[in-house]
Amino acid sequence: MATACNTAINEEQRPNHVGAAAVAVQQLHKSYGSHNVLNGISLSVNRGETLAVLGRSGTGKSVLLRIIIGLEKPDSGSVCIRGQEIAGLSVDEMGEVRKKMGFLFQHSALYDSLTVAENVAFPLVHHRREMPRSERDDCVNRLLSEVGMEGNLSKMPSDISGGMQKRVGLARALALEPDILLLDEPTAGLDPISSGEINELILKLQRERQMASIVVTHDMHSARTIANRLALLDQGNVVIEGNFEELQKSDIAFVKEFLKQS
Amino acid sequence: MSGPAINTREGILPPICEQPRDFLTPHADAVLAQVNSVFEWFGSLGVFSWRVIRAAVTPPYEWRELVRQLDEVGSMSLPLVALAGAAIGVVISLEARYSLSRFGAKSMFPATLVYSVIQIMGPIMTGLIVSGRVGSGIGAELASMKVTEQIDAIEASAINPYRLLAATRILACILMLPLLTLAADASGLLTGWFAQNLVEPLSFHQFIESGFKGATFNAFLPPTFKTAVYGLIIGTIACFQGMSTRGGAEGVGRAATNSVVLGSLFVILSDVVLVKFILVVFH
Repeated sequence: MATACNTAINEEQRPNHVGAAAVAVQQLHKSYGSHNVLNGISLSVNRGETLAVLGRSGTGKSVLLRIIIGLEKPDSGSVCIRGQEIAGLSVDEMGEVRKKMGFLFQHSALYDSLTVAENVAFPLVHHRREMPRSERDDCVNRLLSEVGMEGNLSKMPSDISGGMQKRVGLARALALEPDILLLDEPTAGLDPISSGEINELILKLQRERQMASIVVTHDMHSARTIANRLALLDQGNVVIEGNFEELQKSDIAFVKEFLKQS
Repeated sequence: MSGPAINTREGILPPICEQPRDFLTPHADAVLAQVNSVFEWFGSLGVFSWRVIRAAVTPPYEWRELVRQLDEVGSMSLPLVALAGAAIGVVISLEARYSLSRFGAKSMFPATLVYSVIQIMGPIMTGLIVSGRVGSGIGAELASMKVTEQIDAIEASAINPYRLLAATRILACILMLPLLTLAADASGLLTGWFAQNLVEPLSFHQFIESGFKGATFNAFLPPTFKTAVYGLIIGTIACFQGMSTRGGAEGVGRAATNSVVLGSLFVILSDVVLVKFILVVFH
């Protein structure tokens, strides 16, 4: 029987949405008061693909991720996850959609009253209730060793570094074997070596699991390393979308300035 | 300062009654804003309560978290509630003995103590203490989780935070308040009798027999079980304040303070209604 923690993806278990992107957002608008954060964004990501969303602070990159996972509602526009429109879904239906999505928060958002192992086990405890304790512990060990955090099971989140917290957050995001991975500033606040390690880790997971990933980042180096495609946002709109070479060839002043400053 | 002239078909009329309007408008706006914010608060509380109820009655049920919260609300509050009950018992004993002696009604002492503790002081004192200890704890804990995105992380993990965090805490408060009240009552009666016994020996058996003489369940059960309503109020307000927090450390502090202040205020206000209700229905 396949468990939630199998590192390798069981291809037969994946629903086949022929022609449907793993994540597709269309004409997404979101404003807070008079401030328009998202101004008609349209993006899509397919399985096995990593899209990096870049842009200045306050251009709505994190808001985009929060809307995709349903933590915030858009003012208008549509969000389709594996071909299913999420607007109007009930709490339970949205829960089913979220089970196939992993989210790494910018500040990791680990549960500070739980140990590292309990943090990773948290989704399993609530969604794999029938799973025996020993099997769950094996899963947690496997996930933590996958992100290079074996041997830190009983530590509290406050006792580990920011980079280690990101790794634990990533292990927690992977616990339910998601098809879609959303990463909010995975290298923010980390030293270059830790950033490089996180990038390597994300690449390795992508190779092994073939998820659809959206990475929000300021870090152009990180984006180049881990993403197949890049989308540059300005004033709530996608200014340009393509690979790094396409961005480099662009004549758009904002794109040139952004690349120059990064 | 005069306002603009009014242009009409009959010609330009001079501004009239501008001064009182200018004087009143800012005050009226401020009052309206306050009234509006109060209605908004109750509206948000209503929406929050509906989400909690809907989450609480649908599976999966979070039994493990409920047990943890029963321990947190019940066992952890027990020493404090018992100690406060003990102090109240002594105070009532001293006051009652002095007052009753003046009217030559010393024989009424046991009944006075029993009724005062069980019907009046025990429930309200337990409600206020739990509001202080548990309300601030829940408010601060959930607010801290909110500002550090831990509640968002729970939701992103496809777990309903209203079910896991709010419903369990509110239910624990509802279930534990009557039990804590019983503990406070027992503690108060024991120390009240003990304080009396130091001055004028009275056997515990005599004290209980005399205190509960002619008493019915209706005299004691409703005041004890009305504290379940206090639990509902304390738990709901603390969870609401915590889960709707904004603004970092300051927001956490504000949520904790508001949980205690509003929780205590609504416990006292609800007591007015509950006492009247009990008097009408059970007596």
